[in-house]
Amino acid sequence: MATIVLLVVLVVVVLWIIGAYNGLIALKNQVANAWKQIDVQLKRRHDLIPNLVNTVKGAMEFERGTLEAVIAARNKAVSATGVKQTAQAEGELTQALGRLFALTEAYPDLKANQNVLQLQEELTSTENKVGFARQLYNDTATQYNTKQATFPTLLVAGLAKAQPAELWEIEDAAERAVPNVDLSFNKPAT
Amino acid sequence: MSEDANLFAQQEANRRRSTWLTVGFIVFFAWVGFGGDLAFGLLTADAPPESYHHVIPVIGIFTTLVAGGICWFSWRSGAQRVLRSTGAWEIVEAATPAQRQLVNVVEEMAIASGIPKPKVYVVPDPDPNAFATGRDAETASIAVTEGLLEALNRDELQAVVAHEMAHIRNLDIRLMTLLAGMVGAIALMSDGMGRMLRVGRFGGGSRRSSSSGDGKGGGNPLGLIVLVLWLVTLIVAPVVSQILAMSVSRKREYLADASGAQFTRNPLALASALQKLADATAPTRAITRGAAHLCIVDPSPGLMSERTGLLADVLASHPPIAQRITRLRDMGYLGAAPAPDDAREVRQVGG
Repeated sequence: MATIVLLVVLVVVVLWIIGAYNGLIALKNQVANAWKQIDVQLKRRHDLIPNLVNTVKGAMEFERGTLEAVIAARNKAVSATGVKQTAQAEGELTQALGRLFALTEAYPDLKANQNVLQLQEELTSTENKVGFARQLYNDTATQYNTKQATFPTLLVAGLAKAQPAELWEIEDAAERAVPNVDLSFNKPAT
Repeated sequence: MSEDANLFAQQEANRRRSTWLTVGFIVFFAWVGFGGDLAFGLLTADAPPESYHHVIPVIGIFTTLVAGGICWFSWRSGAQRVLRSTGAWEIVEAATPAQRQLVNVVEEMAIASGIPKPKVYVVPDPDPNAFATGRDAETASIAVTEGLLEALNRDELQAVVAHEMAHIRNLDIRLMTLLAGMVGAIALMSDGMGRMLRVGRFGGGSRRSSSSGDGKGGGNPLGLIVLVLWLVTLIVAPVVSQILAMSVSRKREYLADASGAQFTRNPLALASALQKLADATAPTRAITRGAAHLCIVDPSPGLMSERTGLLADVLASHPPIAQRITRLRDMGYLGAAPAPDDAREVRQVGG
């Protein structure tokens, strides 16, 4: 009798270990996948920027400094590696783009230009995609981190070689303060 | 973890509901067929030997096969049929800035919800509305009306698309699309059977059926009971199926609102989008009754749309918009929507 009870307990424990281990591995892969998603969107963003700069260059001859800052920030972002460095470089790029868009508001030619409007929509969308990919990454990573650090999954974390995933945090205080630049060319929100 | 577990529970529940719906649907059709056979068989059992005896349950076999066919068809191409019935066309290559924006917003929400990007359709209708359909995330489509593209700004459009994404991710669309196909089929069948009964009177012999009723010592009472039961089912079926569709849909809307707000992290945008959809009172003509439960707001608001309580729960396909808006505004730390019928809601001042 006692052996049967012991066996049942053992089987339950083994099954639980398998389940917890698989859950952790699945989450780990989800975190990696979410990071890939960010990468895809960042690549797209980097590809769009030279187009935008070329389109507005003619009309914005006097803002050479701003345009160069955008290009410089973009190049820095392209070569960034790792979560922390990428987050910082992308943050700077967002700021540089924000300044550029704020300036385009002052150029009626640009505001009426179909190409610019289209590029603005593309960049708005890409910014959003980066943001949502980041949101998904942070959510998944937090879930993963919480799971591997809480009891009882904590017990199999070593077995699954679980390491806390780094969150994409906004490092720069200035970026936190960046006003929300509304680039949508539809009717204003009510 | 709880959110994830909740998601899987939702998906599992919807898979289970879909299976039961299919089973129930086939059983219902089998009853319609074999019940008819039974009534017919009992009624003709006492007839003279040279006249027709209904022994082989052909109607039952036929209707069961038809039901299986309808289920298979709803499963395979229910989504396409819903889309075609609304006249929707797919955006393959965005032609206008508004279409480009829609495609972009759908892509953004696909990323936020972590599912593959669904196909994007536009319904040529000036009334703002939207729906999602399909079997699962891989075969899903999102359709919005032209009126929606015109009425909403980018944030609101994003909120509506997020709501539809939530339906896709929860697998609500599978249940809803199956329901759409079956509600349509039942209405059609009930209609057709009714016509057949009026014209045919049980296989041509119009005088014989009436004589078997009153002559020969009352015919077969059991046969008559089965016949009456059978007729009642036929009459009630379209109403019951519609009520089923609506009550199922009604419960899903709050959940989709909440998950949608979780994707955009902007519940107020959905609240203001719903307000705009509610203000546009014109019915969405392109969307027929059979697909009403798929939409984000009731395409043809009726008496029960803005009421609460048991009767409204049964008869309206969507919860009252005012209540949905209030819940969303609460999520955004704002008070109740300033709608007249919201006076009883406790006003909360946000911090």
